[in-house]
Amino acid sequence: MPARSDTATLPAAAGGGGLRLRWPLRRLLLKGTGDAQSESGLKRAHFRDWRLPFWLLAPQLFILLLFFFIPSIRALIQAFQLTDPFGATTQWVGFQNFERLFRSSVYWSSAQVTLIFTIAQNVLTLSLALLLAFASNHILRGRGAYRTVLLLPYAIAPAIAGIMLAFLFNPRVGPVAHMLQGLGFDWDPNRNSWHALALIVMAASWKHICYNYIFLVAALLSVPQSILESAYLDGAGPIQRFLRISLPMITPTLFFLIVINFVYGLFETFAIVDATTRGGPAGATSILVYKVYQDGFVTLDLGSSAAQSVVLMALALFLTFAQFRFVERRVNYSV
Amino acid sequence: MNERTPIIDFACHLILVMGAALVCLPIYFVFVTGSLSQTEIMRVPMSWLPGSQFLANMQTVLSNANFGRLLLNSFIIASGITIGKLAVSVIAAFAVTYFRFPFRMTAFWLIFMSLMLPIEVRIVPTYESAANVALPLNILGSWLGIQALVDLDWNLVNTYSGLILPLIASATATFLFRQFFLTVPDELCEAARIDGATPWQFFRLILLPLSRSNIVALAIILFLMGWNQYLWPLLLTTEPAMANAVIGLKKLMPQSDSLPTWHLLMNAAFLTMLPPTLVILILQRWFVKGLVDSGK
Repeated sequence: MPARSDTATLPAAAGGGGLRLRWPLRRLLLKGTGDAQSESGLKRAHFRDWRLPFWLLAPQLFILLLFFFIPSIRALIQAFQLTDPFGATTQWVGFQNFERLFRSSVYWSSAQVTLIFTIAQNVLTLSLALLLAFASNHILRGRGAYRTVLLLPYAIAPAIAGIMLAFLFNPRVGPVAHMLQGLGFDWDPNRNSWHALALIVMAASWKHICYNYIFLVAALLSVPQSILESAYLDGAGPIQRFLRISLPMITPTLFFLIVINFVYGLFETFAIVDATTRGGPAGATSILVYKVYQDGFVTLDLGSSAAQSVVLMALALFLTFAQFRFVERRVNYSV
Repeated sequence: MNERTPIIDFACHLILVMGAALVCLPIYFVFVTGSLSQTEIMRVPMSWLPGSQFLANMQTVLSNANFGRLLLNSFIIASGITIGKLAVSVIAAFAVTYFRFPFRMTAFWLIFMSLMLPIEVRIVPTYESAANVALPLNILGSWLGIQALVDLDWNLVNTYSGLILPLIASATATFLFRQFFLTVPDELCEAARIDGATPWQFFRLILLPLSRSNIVALAIILFLMGWNQYLWPLLLTTEPAMANAVIGLKKLMPQSDSLPTWHLLMNAAFLTMLPPTLVILILQRWFVKGLVDSGK
């Protein structure tokens, strides 16, 4: 039933339900979307009014304008400007900030650290979450209790996860560090850059395994029982069924989680780095987000910080598109 | 399937127990360390059993490090973000799904775009916007040559609104409500209109009650997110009394040149993670739903 006749025959609701804009702009705007059914994301039964939705949207759009659009656009503009640290003079410099950035060896080493960090974190998080998801999918008793405990890290701030592990692995007081030293391992994240990197990878994964786990458990539950059962009748054991059937069937979820883990590793781990290693020793854990903050707020190199912001924006956009692509595939994936 | 796999069953339980231990041991050590005295934490090896100083340490943390105030700040910020974001999002989602008006798709895309850039990638200009909300008017004023606009200054640094408002500026919740509204049967709206309900009555009496479970699930996620904020409070609070608890922890981190007070830090860390942990323990069913929904 076409929506148009619906809405036209019903009495216009109070509050100007039937009001229409009369200027020619309206035709221009609605061209191409004129057919109500092809207009995406609009309910078939809807109201025709523009004053009420305007007031309903105003708070969100106003806040977005102030704290999202203006800052994002200014980040873009600042990337092409050079401002002295006191903000007294500003001049247009074209792509100079980017040229300077891409020539800086510190930036490339930060990019390298970020790459190692995000990949290590991704592999560790996803593989442990898979192992745990397989185990809790296999057992029959105690699932709920295990899940309750395994979900706890979600409640804990990344900064606290970092502080906690920084304590456990502190070479002077930490119990785990003492164990490592007892085994003859010369552990010191304050001096050794690989140890510091390992520390933030562990903290980031500790915090994020639960998120991966809950999605994997949900995905494993949606694998059709009939296929698993026929594989069982053909003589496949639990591990074989997992590797040959469940795992291929949940690949869309795996891709989705890989993207999410990259987003998490790139942007949300700032707190872990800042609360534990502060980018040290000697820049060994200075990931890209941390460097934006340092150049913007500590060394006050605003042009460079803005250029770095733009690079990160491009990364974030790319990952968002990747995420939506995989979500689409995930939704359409059925047997 | 009537399969007997005792070895794999055992291995699975072992994996899960080890996973649970990996989660619980660090938390347990936070509690243990938070209950020891200064001399006890310096002993090698450190005690694996709780000491008797938990309450004494807690008192020190609450009074000397001002954690009472910081925890209150965390609560205000988290509640503000939760309530503000839910309120703003649910009405915006109602507008874009239930109304036909010019610029509808434009409004939707404007909101949708904010999903793409997390606050971390635009921290400097976002800070500048919060340090002076009137900044766009200043720029406008200098273009038009109106001195009154140039002189406007509205600083949100060290205020609750500064800590809350910029974090509401993201569309995750709007997007979720939109997805949910699209699954609500059209007949409800048609029936409401035949009965003469105004759009606002339909929203308040039908749509909101239907969304209750989504609102609760999302509220939990948003509360945890708000409680655990780090970067934004770090930038926006120069006054120690306006920081949240997580930032307060950073200030308690032992510095190399002073006596390491790990017991106080761990005590404060325990206090800070207690409220969100209780939230997900008590409201777990809702929380899992919210988590899986918001990831979609």
